Amino acid sequence: MHGTPLDPLVTNLTVFVLSVFVGYHVVWNVTPALHTPLMSVTNAISSVIVVGAILASGSGSVDLGSILGALAVAVVAINTFGGFLVTERMLEMFKKKEPKEKQR
Amino acid sequence: MTLGPNAVALLYLVASVFFILALKGLSHPLSARQGNRFGIVGMLLAVLTTFAVTQRLDLAIGALAVGGVIGYVVAKRVEMTQMPELVAAMHSLVGLAAVLIAVAVVNNPAAFNVVDPIPAGNRVELFIGTFVGAMTFSGSIIAFGKLAGLGNKFRLFSSAPIVFKGQQLTNLVLALAMLGFGLAFFFAPPDAKWPPFIAMTALAFVLGVLVIIPIGGADMPVVISMLNSYSGWAASGIGFSLNNPLLIVAGSLVGSSGAILSYIMCKAMNRSFFSVILGGFGAAEGSAAGTGEQRTVRSGSPDDVAFLLGNAESVIIVPGYGLAVARAQHAVNELAEKLIHKGVTVRYAIHPVAGRMPGHMNVLLAEAEVPYDQVLEMEEINSDFGTTDVAFVLGANDVVNPLAETPGSPIYGMPILEAHKARTVIVNKRSMASGYAGIDNPLFYMDRTMMVFGDAKKVVEDIVKALE
Repeated sequence: MHGTPLDPLVTNLTVFVLSVFVGYHVVWNVTPALHTPLMSVTNAISSVIVVGAILASGSGSVDLGSILGALAVAVVAINTFGGFLVTERMLEMFKKKEPKEKQR
Repeated sequence: MTLGPNAVALLYLVASVFFILALKGLSHPLSARQGNRFGIVGMLLAVLTTFAVTQRLDLAIGALAVGGVIGYVVAKRVEMTQMPELVAAMHSLVGLAAVLIAVAVVNNPAAFNVVDPIPAGNRVELFIGTFVGAMTFSGSIIAFGKLAGLGNKFRLFSSAPIVFKGQQLTNLVLALAMLGFGLAFFFAPPDAKWPPFIAMTALAFVLGVLVIIPIGGADMPVVISMLNSYSGWAASGIGFSLNNPLLIVAGSLVGSSGAILSYIMCKAMNRSFFSVILGGFGAAEGSAAGTGEQRTVRSGSPDDVAFLLGNAESVIIVPGYGLAVARAQHAVNELAEKLIHKGVTVRYAIHPVAGRMPGHMNVLLAEAEVPYDQVLEMEEINSDFGTTDVAFVLGANDVVNPLAETPGSPIYGMPILEAHKARTVIVNKRSMASGYAGIDNPLFYMDRTMMVFGDAKKVVEDIVKALE
């Protein structure tokens, strides 16, 4: 163990395997009635790839890499904003009945 | 600019936790909105942290504003019936972004703190991230076209499966060629990395199209879940190549979510995942449709239905996609409210594939202000049909077909809503045409069944009028 730095691939793999497990267990608990919002919110979450795109766009000079990065940011920002917003819109509809339920 | 790599990693960890909480919130309608807020907080944290370590922000902020406005407008305007198309379109964007980022990494690895020339491990990860991203992109565009019904404008978007001779062999050869170019990219010297990379990406785009075109309209709920999963794995792959744990966590959450949804959808249709992928389902039309003998159905008028419903003690409404096509959700809710007012117990029974994507019917009913506690899933309500006075089937067909319980039938084994067990069954359809599976439905010919032909919205409105 001493001296040899850990290959990032190993760390990445650790994170990957553990989060697949977390995802598996969390998602099985999602109520089937909310599977469409689940899909739109996971869509928004996968747009976290925007982080890589921002890095690509901001390397300093304007070149092929930064233009590709900016393009990626624009494309995936549609998901970031649209995904969370449309999820909110849907969940709003599921929420409306709350008062009715309490009246009973 | 003052954030060190450790601080960045910790902030990314917090963002990852927020993403997990976002999914956890969806376990109940009441906690779901809070979950979505957690997701927004996580995203905000991720973006701001990244801003703090990025040299120039003008391009990123400008691009965010452009994409943000488009996303805002689309999210505000989209109709709930169009959700499957929207989700498919969004999957394609994640795929496209993954490819663009991968190209940027190959172009200038140093900008991402990746060593130049790119180390072997990162090249494998880039290869995976790129081809999954490219396939997600082109496959989702085909799925979008199929769902949006663009088939008559462009044949590739036809909702009928497109099959040709040697299709699977073609796909296999192309996939192997893609892998070959991936290997070439892996072994290529730094100055010759582009040709194999470009060839591999181009093949992945073509494969994405070819893999989705043979899949028919009935299987779209599986396809859309599968592409959801792919888009997550693509994000995860990019996370590997950038050594970014946040992307890996978020991507694998999404990937496993999509995989679980695909599994649930396959199970609900009693189809194996591989038979869906290989496609062609629903291509052979009418082969099993005619049993030869002319059978008679008992048909009734909306007034008859109103009489039956008004005198029932309990009613279960079984909505299918035909209901959504006729935009009859609001009329159905009005009918249900009328019946509840008269003292009738009204509940809705939802089959997992009732809509065009997982949970679609629930959203459509929620939009029509149907209280979610009246809406029950198949397992929750199936045992109650036997003690129910009236099962009212609206625009559903295959999901209530009792043939699913007969060995040898093409849909044998598919879980169904047991509407045929109710004391009386009322079925609304536009005509006697068969469903996606292309087979006849004995439910329609039972003595206890009354058929009401016509547009669902018109029929339900007439029933409401007759009840007054």
